[in-house]
Amino acid sequence: MDAIQLNLLKQVADLEKVPAGAYNIRANGESAGRNTTANIDIVNKEDKSGIDIIIKPGTKNESVHIPVIISESGITEFVYNDFFIGEDADVVIIAGCGIHNCGADLSKHDGIHTFHVGKNAKIKYVEKHYGDGDGTGERVMNPQTIIEIDEGGYMEMETTQIKGIDSTDRVTKAVLGDNATLIITEKLMTHGKQYAKTDFTVDMNGEDCSAHVVSRSIAKDESYQLFTSNVKGNNKCNGHTECDAIIMGNAKVSAIPQIEANHVDASLIHEAAIGKIAGEQLVKLMTLGLTEEEAEEQIVNGFLK
Amino acid sequence: MLELRNICYTVEGKEILKDISLNINERFIAITGPNGSGKSTLAKIIAGIITPTSGQIIFNGEDITELSITERANKGISFAFQQPVRFKGITVRDLINIAAGNDKKLSIAAACEYLSEVGLCAKDYINREVNASLSGGELKRIEIATVLARAAQLSIFDEPEAGIDLWSFNSLITVFEKLYEKIQGSIMIISHQERILNIADKVILLNAGELKQIGTKDEVLPELMRFAANCKVVEQTLNGEENK
Repeated sequence: MDAIQLNLLKQVADLEKVPAGAYNIRANGESAGRNTTANIDIVNKEDKSGIDIIIKPGTKNESVHIPVIISESGITEFVYNDFFIGEDADVVIIAGCGIHNCGADLSKHDGIHTFHVGKNAKIKYVEKHYGDGDGTGERVMNPQTIIEIDEGGYMEMETTQIKGIDSTDRVTKAVLGDNATLIITEKLMTHGKQYAKTDFTVDMNGEDCSAHVVSRSIAKDESYQLFTSNVKGNNKCNGHTECDAIIMGNAKVSAIPQIEANHVDASLIHEAAIGKIAGEQLVKLMTLGLTEEEAEEQIVNGFLK
Repeated sequence: MLELRNICYTVEGKEILKDISLNINERFIAITGPNGSGKSTLAKIIAGIITPTSGQIIFNGEDITELSITERANKGISFAFQQPVRFKGITVRDLINIAAGNDKKLSIAAACEYLSEVGLCAKDYINREVNASLSGGELKRIEIATVLARAAQLSIFDEPEAGIDLWSFNSLITVFEKLYEKIQGSIMIISHQERILNIADKVILLNAGELKQIGTKDEVLPELMRFAANCKVVEQTLNGEENK
């Protein structure tokens, strides 16, 4: 791997070298390394591009890294990754996609990640999207995440796009069984003329299941963000969706959080806020010796931390 | 250290401050007066948050009237807000670190010390976000802790005791005394509270935007009470305090 690829890998998966445990690294549309363990298997799909990640029931304290990097201009791909998380497993899955485009052609990674979270399994799924390179070619990512959580299962999803993706259309759909829990935290920053659309749909079908969908975003320059979420309570359940955006420059933000109760014992809350950085926050940090620009940076970094 | 020359501040034709001239060199200076007398405005003018309509501010011999908030902060002026600001995502530790100065990365132990000084159990707070999950009183103490960490030559506190119920005045006064030992400068406190006025080397009384009197607490208090006769809020505050 060259320096550009290694940097992408560090940005999207915090990897300085080959990770411990199971991993599959995809670089420029091809497999660039794979490791499986006694409990975690990774196999190629036969009918289409992508892999199946199979985690045996009861697997504890293991991790899977599946970063994707694109460093050649003009690559477009569509990948299907399916995760089968066995009953009572407790694992961390780190995905992420980095595009370095210094050419003039479109580089695009679209993918569908499907999670089958088994009974009483617990997973933490972390995905980071990142772009760099000073070419005129666009960097585009359209990730879809499909989630099914069985009885008593628990999934925490952290999805982050901080820099460099020109256009993204992110779709997440989840279905929850009895006593299942889903926690989604999205962090998003757009700048330049970027466009980011986020769409979460959660069907809380099981009794006593719960979902929390929280998005924090910063829209700078001329960028545009559209946030939609629909959290549906179809049984006795608790749902919460929240989006909180800071708007700067000439950016535009639309937030459409929706909740839908289809059961008398569904308890649902939505919150949404959009606003610029409060003047008094800047003033406070300036009285501590920061310049206005430094104060703004602190507030932005803190907000997305 | 600080000299105000003929400070006036007018908003939409209303005179908030009228020709205030002052010299400040003492250890503890209290600014008092009824609500709406212009105390907070005066403090904000010193910190650079409000620009006066006319007049000059001289700090250590230098005219700082045109300097920004940041420049004044770096010259040694700090300010504890009456109503502290909340920040999503910024932790108490981050804020104390920023206050202590950018290049210094405080150890957790050092950051905790400032919290302990303001009566907060440090380990419970150090990693908390300075957001809506903190109560007004907690926020107020953290605000004071940031000014302690800043250790500026001129430290201004806008009604530091307001909202801090369970913490004794004596603790607050100990905080000021310790801060003075460190900065050897001036601590300016805006307050209606007699016990704060008790420790002041100099009490400045404002009323309706005018400087009414400068003196010791014993000299100024009768005058304040005279205004208080027309201002129930102050009267209640002072009487309430004496009855405690």
